[in-house]
Amino acid sequence: MDRNIVIPGQLLSEKKEMAGPGTYVKDGNIYSLLYGVANFKGRVSVVPFSGKYIPSRKDFIIVKVIDVTPSNWIMETGSPYDGLLHVSEFPKRVDSSEMRKFMDIGDSVVVRVKDVSKAMKVELSMREQGSKVLRQGRIIEVMPAKVPRVIGHGGSMVSVLKKESNCDVFVGKNGRIWINGRDNDMDRLTTAIEMIESESHISGLTDKVGIFLRGGPEGTESSDEEQLVDEEVAGVSLEDDDVTEETSRKVDVLLENDPEETD
Amino acid sequence: MSDKPEKFIDENGLRLDGRRVDEIRPMTVEMGVLSRADGSCYLEWGNNKVLAAVYGPRELHPRRLQRPSEALVRYRYNMAAFSVEDRIRPGPSRRSTEISKVSGEAFEPVVMKQFYPGAVIDVFAEVLQADAGTRTAAINAATLALVDAGIPMKGLVASCAVGKVDGQLVLDLNKPEDNYGDADLPIAMTEDGEITLLQMDGNLTADEIAKGIEMARKGCEQIFAIQKEALLSKFGTTDEEELLKEAELQAELATSEDEAEDVEVVSEVVSEVVSEVVSEVVSEVALEGEDDELEDEVDEDLELQDEGEAFTDDEVENASDEAEDLFGEDVSEFDINEGTESEGDSSSEPEDAESNEDEGEKNE
Repeated sequence: MDRNIVIPGQLLSEKKEMAGPGTYVKDGNIYSLLYGVANFKGRVSVVPFSGKYIPSRKDFIIVKVIDVTPSNWIMETGSPYDGLLHVSEFPKRVDSSEMRKFMDIGDSVVVRVKDVSKAMKVELSMREQGSKVLRQGRIIEVMPAKVPRVIGHGGSMVSVLKKESNCDVFVGKNGRIWINGRDNDMDRLTTAIEMIESESHISGLTDKVGIFLRGGPEGTESSDEEQLVDEEVAGVSLEDDDVTEETSRKVDVLLENDPEETD
Repeated sequence: MSDKPEKFIDENGLRLDGRRVDEIRPMTVEMGVLSRADGSCYLEWGNNKVLAAVYGPRELHPRRLQRPSEALVRYRYNMAAFSVEDRIRPGPSRRSTEISKVSGEAFEPVVMKQFYPGAVIDVFAEVLQADAGTRTAAINAATLALVDAGIPMKGLVASCAVGKVDGQLVLDLNKPEDNYGDADLPIAMTEDGEITLLQMDGNLTADEIAKGIEMARKGCEQIFAIQKEALLSKFGTTDEEELLKEAELQAELATSEDEAEDVEVVSEVVSEVVSEVVSEVVSEVALEGEDDELEDEVDEDLELQDEGEAFTDDEVENASDEAEDLFGEDVSEFDINEGTESEGDSSSEPEDAESNEDEGEKNE
């Protein structure tokens, strides 16, 4: 079997060169660091079932302004670390006396993580296509570990969500999802996203969510926290760098042509 | 007090609660019991009842406690006022402060603190009912709560006490043994056998300690097994079983609905979950379940052995029941179908073909 559930300290492999994210090497063997699903395709890696978001470079995240200083907006990122957005990283030239006119405490913003230092100083940027202040819509929070499921294979789930709910959707890596549309559409979408979160281990979830949003016969959800985690979860988070690169391009594309579909 | 038992170990070598000297009390664990905590675990061990919650990694206040290169693990052991017969004064005491400190240090070698510089991982262990060995019970619960919270760890930690009663070493003391015994030696260790906590109350010789540690090691091995069991069973059922269960549930739900529509509903619902081939068969069987003659045909089609008998009943309800059973038999087949279908799905999307590997990591 390519994938299975592992617990911290479980021996995964005896080839120490193959150690990937979520693992550690001791005495030449690879052990799991996390409680999650191990993936043995290529490098041995473990994708956790739960855990906090930790900022990493190039992530698009949805943050909230918690303070405005003479040169920085301080943002709450949904991680243990606050983020700093310097005025110079705002798309327009902003005088420091006018910073609050553009973004004030409580505003939610889509930003990109510019850099994360060793001491976990998180620098943010809005000089990227796709960054914007969120003036309307709603923000839903899901577990950061479930974000890949909300996005789906190559964005399949997000496509379904958008298409079937007539809402704009943006999924931040930190587990915050911005949605915008008509009120009842957003209500439905919220329920659908909750469904994704609680049933993220079921296969064929994308179809199920599609059916739900179309108002079709609602799948009766059992309390299946225990269900085996589906294939999709496990494949996540190989080759981090390529992916984030890819990610940003897709974000750009999607934000450009909002109502359009990827498929 | 004078309720000291005359003898702790009877002539058969059994203790007051019927255990052998090297036997731990029965332990049950349940994870994810607190929705607001990042990780939690409720553990019962004999008469001990302990609730552990983990929050974090999160921002650490006051800032002066922050460590620039690693996270702080803040462990709080607390006994509820009602956890013992005579109400204990709530709030930190000398005893609980000390236990908090040493218990937190018991996780030192396993928690990957360097991943979260400047942050804190808060562990709260609340003793709801105490019956000797609460610090060891709390450590066992806290380990699982940490794992549940998704904290990276090199392995699990288990803890177990050894004591001496009637001049004999015994594993995992209960209340009377703890109160009136000669010694209590709580030990925590990692899976590698590295001892991360060792305290002692009473008197033991050097030989007894060495022997006691070996006994505790055996006890901890049993606890590791229980912990692993709990972790693996949380999600640990196989795909087929779960899908089967769900399908049954749906069929059940359908039967409870309007009887006339019953059969149709079943087949519809099932077809959602199952691949088309199977659902077709199911609906065929279900729809025509009223017909007695069909049973042979069905048998042939599906190569099912025991299906036929139930079909002699004309009840519609029975037909839908049948559908479930049938479905159950057919799971392996539908599993294959599912697989091929979803493969076909993904390849139909041009995006997917190139990026199958990176899957969900892809943002939109």
